[in-house]
Amino acid sequence: MTNGKIVSISGPLVIAEALPEAKMYEVVRIGRDKLFGEIIELHKQLVYIQCYEETQGLHPGEEVFLQKEQLSVELGPGLIGSIYDGIQRPLDFIYKQYGDFIPKGVDANPLPIDKSWQFTPLLKPGDTVTPGKKIGFVQETESVKHFILAPYDCEGTLQSIQAGSFTIRQSIAQVKQDDKVRDLFLSQTWPVRKSRPYLNKLVPDEPLITGQRVIDMFFPVANGGTACVPGPFGSGKTVIQHQLAKWATADIIVYVGCGERGNEMTDVLMEFPHLKDPKTGRSLMEKTVLIANTSNMPVAAREASVFSGITIAEYFRDMGYRVALMADSTSRWAEAMREISGRLEEMPGEEGYPAYLSSRIASFYERSGKIKTLDNDIGSLSVIGAVSPPGGDLSEPVVQSTLRVVKVFWSLEDKLAYARHFPAIHWLNSYTLYQKISDAYYAKNVDPAWPTIRETAMSLLQKENELQEIVRLVGTDALSEAEKLIMEISKSIKEDFLHQNAFDDIDTFTSAKKQFFMLRNIITYYQEGFEALKQKNILTEFLMKLPVREKIGRVKYIPETELDQCDLSDEIREAIRNISQMSEVSA
Amino acid sequence: MIKEYKSLTDVAGPIIIIEGVEECSFGELVEVYLPDGTIRKGEVLEAHKNHALVQLFEGTSDLNIASTRIRFKGKPIEINLSPDIIGRIFNGFGKPIDQGGPIISEKSVSIIGNPINPYSRDYPSEFIQTGISSIDGLNTLVRGQKLPIFSGAGLPHNEIALQIARQAKVLGKEEKFAVVFGAIGVTFEESNTFIESLRESGALERSVLFINLASDPVIERISTPRFALTTAEYLAFELDIQVLVILTDMTNYCEALREVSAARKEIPGRRGYPGYMYTNLATIYERCGRIKGKKGSITMMPILTMPDDDKTHPIPDLSGYITEGQILLSRPLHAKGIYPCVDVLPSLSRLKDKGIGAGKTREDHANLMNQLFSAYAKGREVQELAVILGESALTDLDKLYMKFANEFEEKYVKQGSYENRTIEETMDIGWDLLRILPVHELTRVREEFIEKYYKKPGA
Ligand SMILES: Nc1ncnc2c1ncn2[C@@H]1O[C@H](COP(=O)(O)OP(=O)(O)OP(=O)(O)O)[C@@H](O)[C@H]1O
Ligand SMILES: [Mg+2]
Repeated sequence: MTNGKIVSISGPLVIAEALPEAKMYEVVRIGRDKLFGEIIELHKQLVYIQCYEETQGLHPGEEVFLQKEQLSVELGPGLIGSIYDGIQRPLDFIYKQYGDFIPKGVDANPLPIDKSWQFTPLLKPGDTVTPGKKIGFVQETESVKHFILAPYDCEGTLQSIQAGSFTIRQSIAQVKQDDKVRDLFLSQTWPVRKSRPYLNKLVPDEPLITGQRVIDMFFPVANGGTACVPGPFGSGKTVIQHQLAKWATADIIVYVGCGERGNEMTDVLMEFPHLKDPKTGRSLMEKTVLIANTSNMPVAAREASVFSGITIAEYFRDMGYRVALMADSTSRWAEAMREISGRLEEMPGEEGYPAYLSSRIASFYERSGKIKTLDNDIGSLSVIGAVSPPGGDLSEPVVQSTLRVVKVFWSLEDKLAYARHFPAIHWLNSYTLYQKISDAYYAKNVDPAWPTIRETAMSLLQKENELQEIVRLVGTDALSEAEKLIMEISKSIKEDFLHQNAFDDIDTFTSAKKQFFMLRNIITYYQEGFEALKQKNILTEFLMKLPVREKIGRVKYIPETELDQCDLSDEIREAIRNISQMSEVSA
Repeated sequence: MIKEYKSLTDVAGPIIIIEGVEECSFGELVEVYLPDGTIRKGEVLEAHKNHALVQLFEGTSDLNIASTRIRFKGKPIEINLSPDIIGRIFNGFGKPIDQGGPIISEKSVSIIGNPINPYSRDYPSEFIQTGISSIDGLNTLVRGQKLPIFSGAGLPHNEIALQIARQAKVLGKEEKFAVVFGAIGVTFEESNTFIESLRESGALERSVLFINLASDPVIERISTPRFALTTAEYLAFELDIQVLVILTDMTNYCEALREVSAARKEIPGRRGYPGYMYTNLATIYERCGRIKGKKGSITMMPILTMPDDDKTHPIPDLSGYITEGQILLSRPLHAKGIYPCVDVLPSLSRLKDKGIGAGKTREDHANLMNQLFSAYAKGREVQELAVILGESALTDLDKLYMKFANEFEEKYVKQGSYENRTIEETMDIGWDLLRILPVHELTRVREEFIEKYYKKPGA
């Protein structure tokens, strides 16, 4: 019997009976409208199903159909530039077919089935085929060469392979496996809750360059690493995620809008096609896959969206690409788990979240990493998750479970956001465990002084924090001139370096080289100024009024094409050294 | 044939259970008949093979197990729509309460509604001039945005919302517009103020009102915003009207939600509110927006009072996570006699960036805005420092910042409730204020704008 009957419906939870063949995590279709669902608990008589669609109108007695497969995504040419809901239904297709609102029971192919792709083989008849081997490629977009990988149950000898134009439903090659011949296609499926295999994991050893100064300089994330961005509403999580999607040096971007705003996805859809990838100069949309299960879309599909996203990301990683996945927001994903768990009447853990919250979060982030693929390429998958803690309270379970597994913590503070200091990443509370590898990388590729400049700047910021305490108690008069200099320079680091406007055409992205110049300008000012204070009888207030000081603040707006003008260190040195003793009078 | 049941078995809070039900669906409309002839409406929250769990919108008082009859209506809760609803007043459950008689409907639509496909959305980017500087200059509203007012008991949120409703316009356009007003558990007086003010400004005949007063059934409040939004969707996306939806007070809505959740003995989330409140609120707020190829739009301004003025309370907190910013009202500013008492720093409009600038407002808008924010934040710090250390401990620059902050509140934020400032006026006040500060402090402004607007007063 593959058809059962509904016995009850309560929100996204549907309970059915008479399904003895049902398997755990099997996909089902429910009722007249054939709604999508997934089996999440089995009992003697009853099968518990989470429904990925609105259940209004379902009634007990309607039929339930087993689909004989687990929740899977289809992987192949056509992924790039797509926008999907949580269970990989293409939203653009749904729009064209059904109009402005998403109806129930929509059936849609994840990949276009009638589009032809030009396939170029990389193997020839007689070659051995092993799982994950690149058998050929399709130039999917100008920026993405989409390699076709042998499925993971495919091992044998290639009998034939054809170059030419194929749809994803046409056979491109034949493999002799055991005594049978099987056809290979441009696409394959993979169950989303299972991570895709690879040869072995490697240790991440280079930073993901993001063009965001506070990140690259102070709190870098590695290629293949993990980071989280917790913060109260309006503190800038989404803008950071968008900035990374736009500017990070990744070959492929998978952006998962999980339980967030519809307009934020529209923003990406409208903006990305017009933005240029800093590396290839091609439209950003040509390397991006979007998953949009917004807050008003069904909650169970939101739970699935994160897995759909990461499976697609792993697939590109397996081609040997550097992939970055952004999930905004993992809290909404956790809440979806909580809702389903509550309906199942499971014994709740902290704040009503299921007891397995931590392990789910950990296993999600564990799917990141730098790896050697089955075909001996190097691929990486970086995962950056936003977390939305209630009331901005970082002690809550989702933040805490996330911090236990991720290696970078960008702490967003509402105080900074209120003062419109963006990105509102706090420089003292955030951390990264990738400092060493990034220092080594930038010292080698940008300037050997990178680590010391960074360290000096950070220690100034720390010192300033202590001095602030004093100022708050007794005012600035209690500070020595050297201490006042630290205050002024720290202000300059914050204003002229850390502050970065995502909406300014030039400021939105800063190359590593320019970042280095910008910070070195300020540190040079400090070092020279410090000496000047010692040797000449001048006041900090006077020292900070040199015309070159104002120039430092304007470097942000100098385009990358005029990089040489960003380095002011000689000019600063000269200006400060030229201060004569006489200046004391005018101070 | 619709079957009638007499098999009510349980009544607890707003929830009833009916046994022996042969066919009912999740979300179905239910009618409950009392012996005295009154009819109450309900909705199926759980549909089981043999029984149904139903929430009654008008409460369960006077219900008797033996004498109550129940009918499942075979359809969800619906509203009748036609162009004639414009200018009409309904109760919180969509029943006309003015003298206009029933709506002869063109169509009946479920109030739940399907989610807007994110792909079909059009990004809101048209600047709405509200005439209020703290909004237009710093927390700009755009057409299709959901921008709530976070207020506290006794603060003038209604007055501000009404000023916006009166003055809001898209520059250079004359278009059909309508106000959809949903009163959720507010007092008669408050609701009356709204109605009178809409009448006075001539907007009443282009409004649709849904009124659930404090004395009306509590659970009905769960449907009131949905009636309002279903109407708004119809007006905006079928009749091409620019719709402004005002919902007040969302705090009462959330409390009704909590009451049902408690009656169902669900595991509570923060402060007793249900764990699914975020998603539930999203199904209201996300119905706002613009759609590609459609002339009409839905702009939403929900009002909520923060219990204890606490922004981290689940109601403002979860709302803030869904809406596209918030206008936060401040009690200290109100006490200083400043109307509108908008605390601009924690206020935010997330959609402002695409609604301002050359061709929309003015080229210098973004720079000016960022500078005003940063200067006022600094000024506020100095104000606090001055309280602790006394003004004598301030540096000369600090004193300028202090002067800036004070004048900013008095000249920029403060204005009359009938004062309708143009965006140019607002921006000029901004530059006037910035001139209090020395030029090297203006690090958020590009040089060209300093030349053009800071150095040449009146330019
Ligand atoms: N780097 C930035 N540059 C300029 N403005 C910024 C930057 N980051 C954030 N902002 C401003 O802050 C606003 C809020 O940011 P964002 O939407 O990213 O917040 P969020 O943390 O994602 O909030 P929520 O949790 O509610 O989704 C933006 O609309 C923008 O105006
Ligand atoms: Mg966000």
